[in-house]
This record gives sequence, structure tokens and C-alpha cells, in this order.
Amino acid sequence: MAEVATAPPMRSDQAWFAEQVEALLPELYGTAVRLCRDRTDGEDLVAEAVARAWEALPALRNRDLFRGWVFRILTNTFISQYRTSRSRREAEPADVEDFSLFDRLHQPILLWWGNPEQDFLNGLLRDDLVRAIDGLPDPYRTVVVLVDVREMPYREVATALDVPIGTVRSRLARGRSMLQKALWENAREAGLRSSSPQPDEEQSQ
Amino acid sequence: MTRTEITSCAEALRLLAAHLDRELGEHEHAEMERHLATCRSCFSRAEFERYLKQGVRELGREPIPPELAGRIKGIIREFTAPAGE
Repeated sequence: MAEVATAPPMRSDQAWFAEQVEALLPELYGTAVRLCRDRTDGEDLVAEAVARAWEALPALRNRDLFRGWVFRILTNTFISQYRTSRSRREAEPADVEDFSLFDRLHQPILLWWGNPEQDFLNGLLRDDLVRAIDGLPDPYRTVVVLVDVREMPYREVATALDVPIGTVRSRLARGRSMLQKALWENAREAGLRSSSPQPDEEQSQ
Repeated sequence: MTRTEITSCAEALRLLAAHLDRELGEHEHAEMERHLATCRSCFSRAEFERYLKQGVRELGREPIPPELAGRIKGIIREFTAPAGE
């Protein structure tokens, strides 16, 4: 959003705008739900972002850039609403364990049973990922969603969140660690979704 | 392992997330690619992380509830209606 709107959108823009928004709606809504962690809030966020985009449309000189532009509006709308709704500063966990799912799956005891990484990935369900990502504290989930879902560069995320780029890197690393740990714990509860033995059980024998 | 600036798997793993996020400079990116092409262990790790990242990426797309589709159409209609209509 580099320029200020100088004139309201033209009526002839309506069909074009509606077509663009309709094509992007599954992604706008998906991103909104991941950011808000709630479907109703996600719907409200999309509606607000679409309204803001329409109002700002005259400022968009190059319409080939509409996609990135409208997602930026969605993200900025979320961040401003998030800041407004959270008067308290959300404390960041003091200690976040550096956790690697790959390392856990790569234990020799599991490797005896074939290819545990592939087995894990084959059994990984969308719902598992949703649960894991929704369980992240807000500051971490926001960065993970912006980088992994929206594929935003670290620098853009830092600008949008008004934090140093080093904070983006550390939140991303911690958020991914927490996400992988949640997936691991979920998989353990489900018995690793295969006939592979539980590592703790094996080690205790 | 080749004789490159990335001289250890530890160094490669330190840069892996930034590599997958396309945050490395051209030279470091090329070094990583070279390392991954010659190190089976790091390659497996990179593929695993890439797959997980792709899984998260796909969460950014959801079926549209009919109410939302109707609401958005209404918003667009409302904002384009001429004054007085």
C-alpha cells in the first residue's frame, strides 16, 4: 500500500474487484482462520479486509500486484485489531526447548523398523497440523503463519509486526520447535500411527 | 562433503531454516545446495522440513462457508451502489 487513494473506486471496477476477491477467497479465509484461530473471527477479518481493499483500490496503480496487496491489507488489519484487542502484553515463554521432530524420529531404535520419518509424514493429517499450529502462543503463531503460510520475507514480517528482524527469526525458530513438539506428542498419543514401538517403552525395557 | 564455506553439517543445519525460507543470499544458497547434494543426512533432514513446511503452507486454504461468500458479495454490492440507491 504505497500510495494514498485520491479518488473513490469507479463503478466499472466492481466486476473486476469481485472476480479477484472471489478467486482469492479460500486463501484469504484460510489465512484469516490461521491467524485468528477461530472461524467466526476469520470471517470478520476477511470482511473487514475486503472493505478496506475496496476503499483503497484507487491507490493500487498496478493491478497485477492485487494479490500481494490484498493479503498485506488482511495481515495489517489482523495486526492492528490484535494490538487493539490485547491491552496486556502477552508474555513470551521464558524457555522454549529446541525440539527437532526429525531428530526424535531418527533415533536408532526407531530406524530398526524402517523409515520412521516417512511413516510419520505419511500418517500426518491436516487436523494434526491445525491442532499444533492453533496451539502456538499468539506471537509465535503469527510469525509462523506469515512466513510458512503467506511466505512473507522475514523483513516484511518484521515491518508488519514492528519488531526487529532478529525477533522474527527467534520467534520463528521457537514457534517451529513448539509446533514440532506438539506433533510429536500428538503422534505418541496416537501410537506413532503405525506399528512402530514407542521409543520410551523400548528404552525402558 | 565438498570443500565449501559450509564445512560441517552443523553449519548446514544452522542455515537450513533460512535456506528453506529463501532468506539466504545467492552465495550461501548455492553453498547449501552443494552441501545438500553431497550429504545424505542433511538432505533427508531438509526434505523432511520442506515437507512439513509445505503441510503448514496448505493450511492457508479453507473451503468458503456459504455465509461468508454471501457476506462478501453483499459488501461489494454495497460499496459499489451509487449514492441514493
